[in-house]
Order: sequence, then structure tokens, then C-alpha cells
Amino acid sequence: MAEGQQFCTFFLDNHYFGIEVEKVQEVLRFQDMTYVPLAPEVVRGLINLRGQIVTAIDTRRRLDLPPRPKDQLPMNVIIRANDGAMSLLVDEIGDVLDINEETFEEVPDTVQGLSRELLRGVYKLEGRLLLILNTEKAIDLSALN
Amino acid sequence: MGEMDEIIKEFLVESHENLDRLDRELVDLEKDPGNQEIMAGIFRTFHTIKGTCGFLGYSKLEKLTHAAETLLGHLRDGRLKLKPAITTALLSSVDAVREILAAIEKKGNEGKGEYSKLVQKLTVLGKEADEDPQEVQQIGDILIDKGIADEKDVDHALAEQAKGDPRHIGEILVDQDKVSPQEVKEALEQQQIDAKSGSISESSIRVDVGQLDKLMNLVGELVLARNQVLQYTYSSEVKDSAFLATSQHLNLITTELQEGVMKTRMQPIGNVWSRFPRVVRDLAVACGKKVRIELDGKDTELDKTIIEAIKDPLTHLVRNCVDHGIEDLAQRVEARKPASGVIKLRAYHEGGQVNIEISDDGGGIDPEKLKKKALSKGMITPDKASRLSEREAVNMAFLPGFSTAKVVSKVSGRGVGMDVVKTNIEKIGGTVDLQSQLGKGTTVKIKIPLTLAIIPALVVGGGGNRYAIPQISLLELVRLEGENARKGIEEVQGASVYRLRGTLLPLVFLSRELGKDHEARSEEAEGEIINIVVLQADERHFGLVVDKVFDTEEIVVKPVGKMLKGLSTFAGATIMGDGRVSLILDVMGLAQRANVVTEERDRSLVEMDGAAVEAVEEDRQAALLFEIGNGARMAMPLDLVARLEEISQTLVERSGNQDVVQYRGEIMPLIHLSEAVPERRRVARDPQASTDTPVGEKEKIQVVVYSHEGRSIGLVVNRILDIAEEKLEIQNEATRAGVLGSMVMQGKVTELLDVKTVVQAVNMKNFERQIAAETDG
Repeated sequence: MAEGQQFCTFFLDNHYFGIEVEKVQEVLRFQDMTYVPLAPEVVRGLINLRGQIVTAIDTRRRLDLPPRPKDQLPMNVIIRANDGAMSLLVDEIGDVLDINEETFEEVPDTVQGLSRELLRGVYKLEGRLLLILNTEKAIDLSALN
Repeated sequence: MGEMDEIIKEFLVESHENLDRLDRELVDLEKDPGNQEIMAGIFRTFHTIKGTCGFLGYSKLEKLTHAAETLLGHLRDGRLKLKPAITTALLSSVDAVREILAAIEKKGNEGKGEYSKLVQKLTVLGKEADEDPQEVQQIGDILIDKGIADEKDVDHALAEQAKGDPRHIGEILVDQDKVSPQEVKEALEQQQIDAKSGSISESSIRVDVGQLDKLMNLVGELVLARNQVLQYTYSSEVKDSAFLATSQHLNLITTELQEGVMKTRMQPIGNVWSRFPRVVRDLAVACGKKVRIELDGKDTELDKTIIEAIKDPLTHLVRNCVDHGIEDLAQRVEARKPASGVIKLRAYHEGGQVNIEISDDGGGIDPEKLKKKALSKGMITPDKASRLSEREAVNMAFLPGFSTAKVVSKVSGRGVGMDVVKTNIEKIGGTVDLQSQLGKGTTVKIKIPLTLAIIPALVVGGGGNRYAIPQISLLELVRLEGENARKGIEEVQGASVYRLRGTLLPLVFLSRELGKDHEARSEEAEGEIINIVVLQADERHFGLVVDKVFDTEEIVVKPVGKMLKGLSTFAGATIMGDGRVSLILDVMGLAQRANVVTEERDRSLVEMDGAAVEAVEEDRQAALLFEIGNGARMAMPLDLVARLEEISQTLVERSGNQDVVQYRGEIMPLIHLSEAVPERRRVARDPQASTDTPVGEKEKIQVVVYSHEGRSIGLVVNRILDIAEEKLEIQNEATRAGVLGSMVMQGKVTELLDVKTVVQAVNMKNFERQIAAETDG
């Protein structure tokens, strides 16, 4: 019996990504960010989420993707983490998809131009690949310091 | 199943509390084996745990606690005497219970540990019990147990009593000089019931910490909303007095609520300390040393998060004292110290901070040893080593990889410990300092801010952003404009400083510190204005140059993500009134990053200051500039000048061939400098000089009064020009009498008056004789 899993999807530089829906707290449009000097480059800033201070991570940078065009404002995917919430900045939000576990595969070699260690695997969808992000690793910036 | 979980959870929480108490009580019992109250308490605790775990089906736990309870029963009823082996076994069972409870908490079952050996040990020890129970501890026994009285003496006293002596045992012993009255008094006190520890009926209630955190957050939001209401209230638009009154009321209530909720999270530090007597005991036994611990200020309260954070550092420090601090018995005896080493823990509130001191009377830390070690490891250069003060050398113990213990024991481990202690304490905004006296002991002083939740802060602008500075670190604000701004900041040995009321203040530029790309002052800076925020970091002052200074506000310190915690420059973040996030500066972190708070810095500043002051004294002197006839400019040192006077020509009298004037009760001779220092050239040097009216015909004459051997002499000049601070350095040698030389002052050639020669030429002695002659005759 194939179990279905729901994924929250988003776009980053024409790549299609997915995160397990339980890990996503909410999705927001662009928010004003306060710059944090001296922080690692991937930290874009801090946002005020209804009184909670959330760290926003430049996901493109985190995945070693080219930077976003200047006039394009990112959206926020708020991730539930152990010690509070974190925001992953993405280009656009996609739909929530129901996916059959059986189509899960390892990341193929054809996927180029981004950090493969931050991916858990892929799902083969009709016409495109859904790259599954290793969320815990992506928001763990301790290695960067 | 949920209800069961609740029961188990309660059981675990309760048991943990009880176990913590057990640690303390068992150590206390060892020191005072006759204390029935403690004994009963310990017995009760084991009994309770045994009861509950039987009901919950934890058989291993039940067996263990049953064996312990039986053994305790023997002790309580006097069938068995407490000895170290028994205490150790009981302490081991406390540990074992903890282990099992931990397993229950994690996995839901009792875990894989095997405790049959321990159970056996407890049973065997129990078997040694006498069959005939002894009587309840009498004074005599208490005194014997404490080692104050001899068994012989007590028996003798008892015999006396049996003979009919009406005195108490204690009295008899005192009369016989076997014990002191004080010791008997203490023994009596012990006999009495100590109604304190353990079964207090304080009315209290257990609350989930997460719940309290939520409350704290909400109160924080309330504070922000209150701030906004107040801002609106105090704006000129509101005239409604009813609304004003209500918002004031809201203000009061919010403040009280804020204080109240903060208090709920405060816990006495004794909670952390309670385990230390046990730790010290075990460690001392393991090291073969005798150590006791004294706790002072266990009721001092700290926020729960802080308590969590300092648990491990404190434990490590205490272990360090026992392991490395206190010497072993032989060394102590040789050093004429009491056989038992003492560790003193002290906690108290002071100046908005909690101070915790851990001191031992051990061997102290040898600064020379540390210096050598640092040198050999290449951590410092020989030059730096020679310039280290004793205190700095000793504090090097906090550097990573620094363990000078000859035998790195399993007990306190490698030098990984101290630097971790320091990091952990600094993470919660505290400071830690080591002081030591070789041969006498060591003291570690920790200072931690009380709570971080809601604090008043000054908002400043730097590099285009706003930052908050906690007011507790703020000393004063300095604003330099125009000329002061240009000249105010001096550069000494490559560092920027500002002279604040005589002391040199090292400066840190905020924009620069926050990014390598920033200029010292960004375009946002207000043109010619320099804003200096004088801050204090651990008793050292420095100035932070910011672009703009905004208001003081009460801000709510919000927790930030893990990765930001690592940035030493920031203490957290807050949400401003307009909803935007601002970072809170960590004053200490900023100072350390900018390198303005080392003792070396202090010393170099003092040196700089001293040199600068010396320079001032050497080079510059105040001089009086004046003009004598024909525009000749002259100067004389100002300290030779007693007064400057304007005297009416009519008062000038003639005595012999000397002009004099009656001046302050004496007859003062007047010397016309234009005559005393004759000009060779007849043409006026300075076309602007007043050559029109000869001095003699002026109504008033300018006199520079000079004191000589107690007598005043008036030097008549044409005009007083100025007082200048200049280097009185002769450039050209003297060309005539009465002149020491010439130099450039205020851009013009000026001759330095040779006052002494001029005055001598007047021939004072003759003059005096004349006066005397005249008054006599």
C-alpha cells in the first residue's frame, strides 16, 4: 500500500522544490527584513512574525544558486524548527501536492548547479522533478560559523 | 493511557525533587549521624518512591528502594551505626534510582541497568545490624559522635548521674572542662526538632515552564502595546482627561504585571547548589582529600533560564576546586593549613546583577606557571608575556587547551573545561574573572545580569540601521559640534580617543565595527556633529561613536535563533514601536571585538595620557605679552607677574631719583622698561604702536607688578598686549642687556625680558637705604 505524503512546493531559479507539509508553519509574502551585520551571508535578516522574531535565510544562497534579480521580491516559507521558527526565502510558492511514496528516488546526476547535500531526494512528476529539501540540514547554519 | 502518562509524569517530577533533596540530606547525615530529623526524612523519601513504583509496576525500582528502605530502617532505629560505606551505598542507590527514572522518562521502561549487586550490598550492610536497639541519641552520644568528648568522659559523667548527681550530662562535662558550653549548646540544639528542610508547608503549585514562557511573551506584547498607547496619550492631540486617566492606570497595571510575571520565573540558586555537597564529598573521597563546602546566599533568586545555563559551569568550577585547587593532606599540613579544605560558594544581588563567588583555600594558581605554559604552547609572545599583569596571567586559565594539572584526572578532565565555562557564562550576558593568591587560594567571580526580558534602552542609528543599547551599560552622551567635533577626536598610537574631562576615552566607531565596508561615519551622520555614547563594560569605559541618537525606550528582549546567539556583538533583538525589528547591542561583546577592554589597553592609555600631560607641562608656558616704548614687543613668564595695575599718573611720586607709588601699604618703586631696556634703533618697529604720547604724559600708566624678596616692584610698560601659552624657546641670543633673547610669539618677533637683571639694575639696596634715611630724618 503506497502511502501518500503531502508536500508544500516552491520555486527557486526554475528548480521545483518540496518540503513535507508538517514542517511548514505558514507561507507569507515579502516582509520587511532587518539586516544583521556580521552574520553569515546566507542570513538575509530578521522579520517580525506577529511578535515573534524569525530569521530569514536566503535559500538561493544556501543552495549555491545564483542570486535573485534585484527587483524580484522573495516570499517567505516559515519552517517550524526546534528552537523557534525560521523563514526560507523563495521565489514563488507552488501548490500543496499529494505524492505517492513509490516515485521517490535518489538525486540523479542530471541535477546540477546546486548543493546536492541539502537534498533528500527527488520525486518524478509528469514532466519535471520535485526536489525534496533536507529541511533540517538547510536551516542548520552552525557549520557556517 | 493519557491519564497514566500524567501520573507517571507527576511521579517523575516529584521523585526528582526528592532525590535532589536526598543528596543533600545524606551528606548532612554523614556529618551529623545522630540527627533523627534528617534520618526520618530520608526514610520517608525512599518509602514514598517505593510505594508509588510498586503501584506503577516498576519492579527493579521497587526492589532497590525496598533494600535501601530496610537499611535505613536499621539506622533509624539505632540498630546500625552510620559509616562511610553505608553512606556511599545509599548515595549509589540514589544514583541508581535516578538512572531508572531517566530510562522511564525516555523509553517508558526501567532500562537495561542491573542493580542486583547494589541490592545485595544494601542487604549485606543491613545484616550487620545489632539485634538490641540502642537508645535514642543522648547528648553524650552526640558529643562523642562529633568527636568533642571522649567515651570515657561520657561514661564517667553517666556514672556520676547514676550516683545521684542532679546535673545533666552536659553540665557535668562542662564542669569537668571536658567540653565547652558552646559545644553543649549546639548539641542540645541538634536534639531539638528542626522544623525547616523538606516537609515545608509553603503553599506552592507546580507550573509548566512552557506556560510561563508563554505568559512572559504575552506580557512583552502588552508592554509594547502600552508603549504605543502612552505615545498616543502624550501627543498633543489627546485632551480627554478620562482617557488620560485610564491610560495611566493601564500603565501602572502593566508595570506591576511585568514585575510579577518575571518573579514567577525566579528560582533560588540553592536549587543548583543542593547537589554540590554531594559532588564535593564524592570527589574528595575519590581524590583522597578532605574538603567541605560552605554555601552562602542560597536564597538568591535567578531567572530559570539563567539557572539552567549556569548549572554545568558551576559544577565544573566546584569540581575544579576539589581536584586542582585544594592540596592533598600532606601538602596542607606542611603549609600549616587546616586539614580540611574549604570551598565557599557565595551568591548575592548587586547593582542589577547577580554575583556568584566560588573560592577555595587551596594552593592558588601560579601566574608564572601559566605564562610558561602559554609561551611553550606558542599562545603568546615573550614580549606580551613580560607585560602581563598577575591578574591577566591568571585569567589565561580561561583560554582553550589550558590545563596545567600534572595529572589530568578523569575527574575534572582536560583543560576543555574552563574556556567552556567562560563561553557559557558570556552567552547569557555575564562575566567571569579569576583571582588567585599563590599558596592561599583562588576565587572565581561570576556576574550575570538579573533578567533580560524587558529593559530600558537607548536607540541609536548606525550605518543606516537602528540599534538598541541597554541603558544599564550607558554612562553618558557626548555631543560634539563644529570646532569641538573637528578637534575633539585625537589619534594616539593608531587608536582614536576622546579626552573626556581629562581622561582618555577609547573610541569605537559603530558603523565600522558592524561591517568592513562601512565608513567610520556613514552619510547618515549629521554633518559636523559627532555623537559619542559613553558605555561601560565590566568597569571599563569606552565611547561608541554613532551616527544618530534617538530616544530611550523600554524594549522587550526577544529570543533569537541559535545562529545569532553566536554573534558576540548582539545580545538579542527587539520589536520597535513601529513593528520593525532592531538588534540589541551587546556592550561587552562590542568592546571585546573592538579590543578596547584589555588591561594592556588601560595601561597604554594611562601612559599616553601621562605623556601627553607631561608634554603640556614641558613645552607650554603662559607668558605675558606687552609693549614698551616704540612698539617693541616683549614677553615675560606669567608666573612672575603678581598683578597688572593701571595707576593714575598723579599718584606717581619721586623719591630720590626713583619714581615710586604708594601701593597696598608699601612704597613700590617703578621701573620704566623703555629706559631700562634701551632701544638701539630710534625708529619705531611697530607702526601700530602708540608712539604719540610718551608714557610720562599719559593719564594712566600700565604697571606690571613683580614681587621680589617680599617687595613689590612695578614695571611700567606702554601697553599690555596679551597672555599667551607658548613654548618659551629662545631662538636668537640676547643682543642687549635686560633681554634674554628673542623668539616668535603669536607670529611676531618678541623679546624675552630678563626681569632679574632689570630689577637688580635699580639697585634695591640703595633705594632702601634712601627710604630709611628719609623716614628717619
